[in-house]
Amino acid sequence: MGQCPSFGQAGAMITVEHLTKTYGGFRAVDDVSFTCRPGAVTGFLGPNGAGKTTTMRVMAGLTPATSGTALVGGVQFRDIPNPGTQVGVLLDASAQHAGRTGREVLTLTAMTMGLPSSRVDEMLDLVSLSQSEAKRRVRNYSLGMRQRLGIAAALIGDPKILILDEPANGLDPAGIHWMRSLLREYANRGGTVLLSSHLLHEIEVIADEIIVIGQGRIVAQGTKAELLQSAGTFVKAGDVSALANALATAGITASPSGEGFSTDAPAEEVGKAAAVAGVALVELRPADGAGLEEMFLELTADTQRENTGTEGAQA
Amino acid sequence: MSATTATLDLSAPTVPLSRIVKVELRKMFDTRSGFWLMTSIAIAALLATIGVILFLPDDNFGFGAFGTAIGVPMAVLLPIIAILAVTGEWSQRTGLVTFTLLPHRTQVITAKVIAAVSVGIAGMLVAFAIGAVGNVVGSSIAGVDIRWDTSLGDLLKIILANVLGLLVGFMLGVLIRNSAGAIVGYFVYSLVLPGIFGFLAATQDWFEKIQPWIDFNFAQTPLFEDAGPSGEQWAQIGVSGVIWLIIPMAIGIWAVLRSEVK
Repeated sequence: MGQCPSFGQAGAMITVEHLTKTYGGFRAVDDVSFTCRPGAVTGFLGPNGAGKTTTMRVMAGLTPATSGTALVGGVQFRDIPNPGTQVGVLLDASAQHAGRTGREVLTLTAMTMGLPSSRVDEMLDLVSLSQSEAKRRVRNYSLGMRQRLGIAAALIGDPKILILDEPANGLDPAGIHWMRSLLREYANRGGTVLLSSHLLHEIEVIADEIIVIGQGRIVAQGTKAELLQSAGTFVKAGDVSALANALATAGITASPSGEGFSTDAPAEEVGKAAAVAGVALVELRPADGAGLEEMFLELTADTQRENTGTEGAQA
Repeated sequence: MSATTATLDLSAPTVPLSRIVKVELRKMFDTRSGFWLMTSIAIAALLATIGVILFLPDDNFGFGAFGTAIGVPMAVLLPIIAILAVTGEWSQRTGLVTFTLLPHRTQVITAKVIAAVSVGIAGMLVAFAIGAVGNVVGSSIAGVDIRWDTSLGDLLKIILANVLGLLVGFMLGVLIRNSAGAIVGYFVYSLVLPGIFGFLAATQDWFEKIQPWIDFNFAQTPLFEDAGPSGEQWAQIGVSGVIWLIIPMAIGIWAVLRSEVK
């Protein structure tokens, strides 16, 4: 204790290395490696049942890993003293005693961490739960209110790392906007955020770095800019069939996307093909996230197909 | 959060056990069901006391009668309180938060034992106090002399027996981790098992000889007798306690440490 923690990667606050978790023959998490750095919001994106929650539960020490490691701040979660004051965790906003009031839930959390009860009111203010709402029992809370309560509990200890599983689930658009500013500000102050979502849009709005997971495996990871860049090219012409022919002639595989086509080929190549064929283009630009979206939809479709077979019980 | 120190403070103080006990005690009272379960100790003691005053022949009044009557509901209530203190973490899924804030699960279990036993002892004292008032009031109504026919030692033995019952409930909570299952388990242990053991003892000579050593309920009967357990009987409580309390508790804690908290 007391010595400088060693990090798997310079500056990384969360380091997951070759993490695997199997349930019988089912690999819920399959050789997953990634890092989260301070000052950034890392989005953990994947369809339901992809292994996001299991990965986060291993991080928090609730689920033992089959192999591999998940280190938080360079150590196992259980080796962090008074972890609530250093790592804020929200794994399931609904996992609360239905008979406790929102205020009582926060009071117990503050007591456990050894914080003054004034923190409870500060957090209620921060997540915009009114005093009268805080006096109601959690049983009567909407999912959005439970999420706010869970975020308040995660933040009450003033942690340096936040691990949030589907925190935007159940929040209305205004709530999602609020959370985005909250997490952005938190990251700007040097905090590390890992949040998961099964909705691409949420992750696109909130995260700086994105890790995409499907069927327990990481299928893509990088900064949002990188992932969007690798999404390929979007091209559109007045004469759709002429453009289709031009692309086919040039040997460029493209798929219809909206009123145009999206393709993996670089913009220059697409432009040349159109020029050779004499097709006037209306639009030629990097596909904005469409590639990521397509990849994600593909992933979701695959998983759903699989669901009916091997992992039906998990769904 | 200070922006300059992004790393974790691994030399920060850990959460002391005393604080966890305080939190666990609070968790036993801070829901409506928890509150009424606690209140039911006093209510049950009151009802038992009133029952004694109404139905016991006047010349039998004495503190011992009240203590015995009060012991009956306590033997049911205290184990249930202990069971729910443990199983709530699983059936209400609060364990997700509890074991994230306190990853050392043995600490949480230890704090829960301390909290449950404290509540059990305090509950017994409250119940005895109600019984004492009942003894005074009942004897006065009946116009008989107030008799304090129970020694402090007797009271301590009754408290011990109830704490042992509470610990069996706690053990079942840790082992089964499901409220309904553990409560059913307790009734099987306290109501069904003595019947089976009694039948075995009545029909099998060999079993009759070893019964005090392996039947925890049976071994505890001397705790309710004035003469109290002899040295051998204390040993029998210890040996049967290892079988019915210590070993299953150890298995339960082992399982809790390895289980996935969902």
